[in-house]
Amino acid sequence: MLELVNLHKTFMPGTANEVRALQGVSLTIQPGTFAVLIGSNGSGKSTLLNAVAGSFAPDAGTIRLNGCDLTRLPEHRRAARIGRVFQNPFAGTAAEMSIAENLALAMHRGKHRSLRPALTRNARTQMADRIRELKMDLENRLDNPIGTLSGGQRQALTLLMATWTRPDLLLLDEHTAALDPKSAAKVTALTQSIVQREKLTTLMVTHSMQQAVDMSDRIIMMHRGAIVQDYRDEHKQRIRIPDLMAAFDRLARRELFDESVADLLKSQYA
Amino acid sequence: MSLVLGAFTMGLILSLLSLGTLISFRMIRFTDITVDGSITLGASVAAVCIMRGWNPWAATGLAMLAGACAGAVTGLLHTRFRIQELLSGILVMTALYSINLRIMGRSNIPLMNSASISSGTEKLLNRSGNPFEKWNLAGWEVPLPDIANLACAAVVCLIVAFLLTRFLRTHFGTGLRAAGNNPQMARAQGINPETMIILSLALANGLVALSGALLAQYQGFADVQMGIGMMVWGLASIIIGEALISRVGIGLTICGTILGTILFRLLIAIALRWGLQPNDLKLVTAFFVFAALVLPHGLAALKKRTHRGERHA
Ligand SMILES: Nc1ncnc2c1ncn2[C@@H]1O[C@H](COP(=O)(O)OP(=O)(O)O)[C@@H](O)[C@H]1O
Ligand SMILES: [Mg+2]
Repeated sequence: MLELVNLHKTFMPGTANEVRALQGVSLTIQPGTFAVLIGSNGSGKSTLLNAVAGSFAPDAGTIRLNGCDLTRLPEHRRAARIGRVFQNPFAGTAAEMSIAENLALAMHRGKHRSLRPALTRNARTQMADRIRELKMDLENRLDNPIGTLSGGQRQALTLLMATWTRPDLLLLDEHTAALDPKSAAKVTALTQSIVQREKLTTLMVTHSMQQAVDMSDRIIMMHRGAIVQDYRDEHKQRIRIPDLMAAFDRLARRELFDESVADLLKSQYA
Repeated sequence: MSLVLGAFTMGLILSLLSLGTLISFRMIRFTDITVDGSITLGASVAAVCIMRGWNPWAATGLAMLAGACAGAVTGLLHTRFRIQELLSGILVMTALYSINLRIMGRSNIPLMNSASISSGTEKLLNRSGNPFEKWNLAGWEVPLPDIANLACAAVVCLIVAFLLTRFLRTHFGTGLRAAGNNPQMARAQGINPETMIILSLALANGLVALSGALLAQYQGFADVQMGIGMMVWGLASIIIGEALISRVGIGLTICGTILGTILFRLLIAIALRWGLQPNDLKLVTAFFVFAALVLPHGLAALKKRTHRGERHA
């Protein structure tokens, strides 16, 4: 279970470029839930995921995973329990190392990194078996540098790596947004099958309303660093794409209204 | 023949320096100038210990340890105190200049008649029944100490290359390479790239100091100036090695680096024979590295420009 309590994060505080990226986010996600995070650009979705992964420490608030306080733990110490796929398909793998070496690193996530050979025959067999399931013809290319693969192939492997040791939490940040439609569909299907099979607690950011409605148990909408909508259980079951669009529209209209009121006030008092 | 043998021995000794540079520059991607100080550190520690009657192997081991400490300090300056990587190395290199003078007590220690790691081999060869001072090697008369030096350098180099290859293929070594290749990915896989930087620099400078210790014993002296430009020599050797064997696996990369260093020493020996001034050596080396770094980009840019020209035409 992931528990976020009153998270705050301000970038470049006290400067003209100050951004209040998280303004008191509280959220509890039950084990096995597939939660999707939506919201306009700059609403703080990635910042929230980065805070949970440990890319930076929040200014205030608490992050707990299965009852264990992670708030002050550095990113690499959280990695044992959190799997992560980035938006950039090249970010999640070491380009100059082989497919097998990349996978070996993931198989040992959270374990002691010993002075034993990383690529045993046993490990290779396991890798080949898992990679065959991807149906990407990669099982015979284990020793090729991963940098020679396409973005879609690399993202599929990153997903495999992120989930290999069955993490307590899977974080996906628009991990199909940078792919061509065909690869995106393939990675989406792979995501669904892995998450369902392993019953992973997942927090996924997406721009695709279709994905949000189809894949999730719960849809959370963010706006200006805060959660503004939370569709869950029966409510989520009834949600369709037009409902989400309408929610976006309402936010946009409120924004417009706020700004016109601000202009009015300015013209009256300036 | 003696010239070739000398270039080979020197190449083997300096390939340890190149392997150190390979770890810092290519694996963990840290431009580490500590090298210029730690090679002298290795030489001075070994020289002083041997002068005091230590076993040459023990002296060499201690030199290696000293180099590893110097590398770790550079790593700590960069990771803990957030000093730029180049500046961290410059600070340690500068400090090492004084430290090396302190260790030696003066700027130069001669080791001409002292024991060295090849003394044992020399005795062994002497005892093996050959009564002559020289050995007949394919029709060439070769002084016995030269053979002993070459054999020792080759053995040390082979052992280091073997262990290093094994190490870089372990779980830990794979993590180290990932930390250099993609720190963000390393963190997501539970590796702390900063720890890896410190350990890599310790390992790299340990090898560099080992190279320095062997160099002092081979040349017969340790000098406080001997480290100047050594990092660039290491780079040049790596680049030649990569041209010889394109990088595809750890084993081949390490072989390439060793071969590159030997070839580089041979080229230098030949160039000096042809009348290259020893004083110009570092200028030539620097220019070579510059060309090797810039040429590929330069060619690519040139290609792009001609393409654009075609379109406009
Ligand atoms: N490292 C950073 N430094 C400064 N500003 C940042 C940083 N990361 C994000 N921001 C700002 O925080 C806001 C939220 O960004 P982000 O979480 O990436 O939004 P999104 O919902 O599109 O993923 C944006 O205004 C962005 O410019
Ligand atoms: Mg984002």
